[in-house]
Amino acid sequence: MTKKQKRALYQILAALALLVVIALAPLPLPDFLLYLVPYLVVGWDVLRKALKGIKNRQPFDECFLMAVATVGAFALGEYAEGCAVMLFYQIGELFQSVAVGRSRKSIAALMDIRPDSANLENPDGSFEAVDPDEVEVGSVIVIQPGERVPIDGVVIEGSSALDTAALTGESLPRDVGPGAEVVSGCVNLTGLLRVKTSREFGESTVSKILDLVENSSMKKARAENFITRFARVYTPAVCYGALALAVVPPLVLTLLGQPAAFGDWVYRALTFLVISCPCALVISIPLSFFGGIGGASRCGILVKGSTYLEELSRTGIVVFDKTGTLTRGVFEVAEIHPAEGVNPDTLVEAAALAESYSNHPIAQSLRRACKAPLDPARVSNVEERGGYGITAQVDGRTVAVGNARLMESLGLTLPKSDSAVGTVVHVALEGRYAGSLAIRDTLKPTSAKAIASLRKAGVRKTVMLTGDNEATARAVAGELGISEYHAGLLPGDKVDQIETLLAQKSPKERLAFVGDGINDAPVLSRADLGIAMGALGSDAAIEAADIVLMDDDPARIALAIQISRRTCSIVYQNIVFALGVKALCLILGALGLAGMWLAIFADVGVMVLAVLNATRALYTADLVRKAGKNP
Amino acid sequence: MKKTYKIEVDCANCAAKMEHAANAVEGVAKATVSFMTQKMSVEFAEGAEPGPTMQKVLAACKKVEDDCEIYGV
Repeated sequence: MTKKQKRALYQILAALALLVVIALAPLPLPDFLLYLVPYLVVGWDVLRKALKGIKNRQPFDECFLMAVATVGAFALGEYAEGCAVMLFYQIGELFQSVAVGRSRKSIAALMDIRPDSANLENPDGSFEAVDPDEVEVGSVIVIQPGERVPIDGVVIEGSSALDTAALTGESLPRDVGPGAEVVSGCVNLTGLLRVKTSREFGESTVSKILDLVENSSMKKARAENFITRFARVYTPAVCYGALALAVVPPLVLTLLGQPAAFGDWVYRALTFLVISCPCALVISIPLSFFGGIGGASRCGILVKGSTYLEELSRTGIVVFDKTGTLTRGVFEVAEIHPAEGVNPDTLVEAAALAESYSNHPIAQSLRRACKAPLDPARVSNVEERGGYGITAQVDGRTVAVGNARLMESLGLTLPKSDSAVGTVVHVALEGRYAGSLAIRDTLKPTSAKAIASLRKAGVRKTVMLTGDNEATARAVAGELGISEYHAGLLPGDKVDQIETLLAQKSPKERLAFVGDGINDAPVLSRADLGIAMGALGSDAAIEAADIVLMDDDPARIALAIQISRRTCSIVYQNIVFALGVKALCLILGALGLAGMWLAIFADVGVMVLAVLNATRALYTADLVRKAGKNP
Repeated sequence: MKKTYKIEVDCANCAAKMEHAANAVEGVAKATVSFMTQKMSVEFAEGAEPGPTMQKVLAACKKVEDDCEIYGV
């Protein structure tokens, strides 16, 4: 508890003790004086603030309301009630302050990935702890087991396992060795690492993420803005209502020649004032969103503002970029079709050797597919023929590797093939056709599950956009169960596709675009919601997207939608509950059926319940479990 | 230009009032107050000096919520 909270607690306890003494040991003093003491003990601050508010011409704040209500109660001779209202009001305030502080802290703890220091290596090999801010790019830092990686960099010595859970929600440690990039915010688990820093601290992943999370509450959701606007109208309206309630009925009764019962109506008006405090609403909405954002970030889902959480809950269409999102973005040889009499291994080896000088992703996949060691010395006379392929001498034999056009230019006829999924590479040995290799981007293991769980989460349509050919797109879409795909797109075409889809959708639903953050910044920003995946270490994605998935598991999208849905339902529960109870109490108060005690519940009790409900948004463990169970 | 300030405010409604007050100050293009993170982020209008503008913002906020504090002004 903070100092302020402690002082409030002591005041409450002192006033309580005084009230007990008054109740048990009646002193020979007038009640007014007796109750005035605990009232002032607990309520002095409120009275002081109310006076200041009047001085500053800002009368409609809660202190003013409480002051008027309790002073009014004293004036009517309801000393105990006046005291109790003030006491409960203060208890409510204290509770709110503690609860909000707690959840703020627990969310902050979730995101407590800020490293305290970095071990900067000196030229003599020793190291000293310095502020991460002071480490220059290219310095060598030492990360001991148990320490957090303070700055992004590349391992130059040592190997270890890194715990990335704080960033990605992924519990499996990631193995790193020399040459591997390490991302700040991960925890080094097993071995000592020497790392050459590649960024300044301010530019490192950990700083970007912290910045993002801390600023996330600046982009407010509509529900949040609605409530603040509502509160501005609500409080004055209820105050005037109270005034009317105190004046109009007695006047009307007097005119009708009946007893005015002035005190009665004033008491009802004061009840009104107690109910009029909008705090339960105003606190519980941002608290729910904040909890939802915190809970999501614990799962490696960073949401840049509560408005995006709100939009996400209404997602009806999810558009995927294929490469790097649903597929790994890594090419692999998927099928080998040797011609008759050709050994498959010979085919792969010849192709891999011929391509051994190329850095093209396809050449890399061929080299990976070859099991035998590759000695580039066996290759000579390499000739690249742009748009066709490569010819080379391997062990003195002529090898041609390339597309169908290359084979045709060599005067070879190709066997008829129907499987044109992926990229097909043909190989000719010594002028004779030797077979073909189909190279494909591999699907992520969770992609099919991701699409299925999106559908289960109520996403109406899933769309895949890709630059690949029609056959590849059809195969991938079929395998994953995607409802619509568009193939052969250039990067610019993707924006047009999004425009078309946006024009088709109903105004209430939202379109989310999921990309890997590379080259798709324009699409990310054009969609209602831009979701970047696999963003660990990619600044561009963190900047461009509204929602950032730290790891590259597409199944997190459905989880994110579920978290957003629950957060929003908590928000609406709170709005309806708080407004409902207040409206009911206002009516009962006006009719004289509800006294101050009920009014206190409407104020403090509702707030307490709303705050407790709001903190539920923080706990996402059950959603994660569910997402893990259902395939 | 955009700057973020640490603030101290006790209740959510007061934070909303601060936001309203800050937005009415001349030289402020847009001000957002987050009660949860206890931060105020101010986007200044073109040509407005952050220093003097923030003095006015602080005064305006003090007027609606006496107990609030904006640090680094």
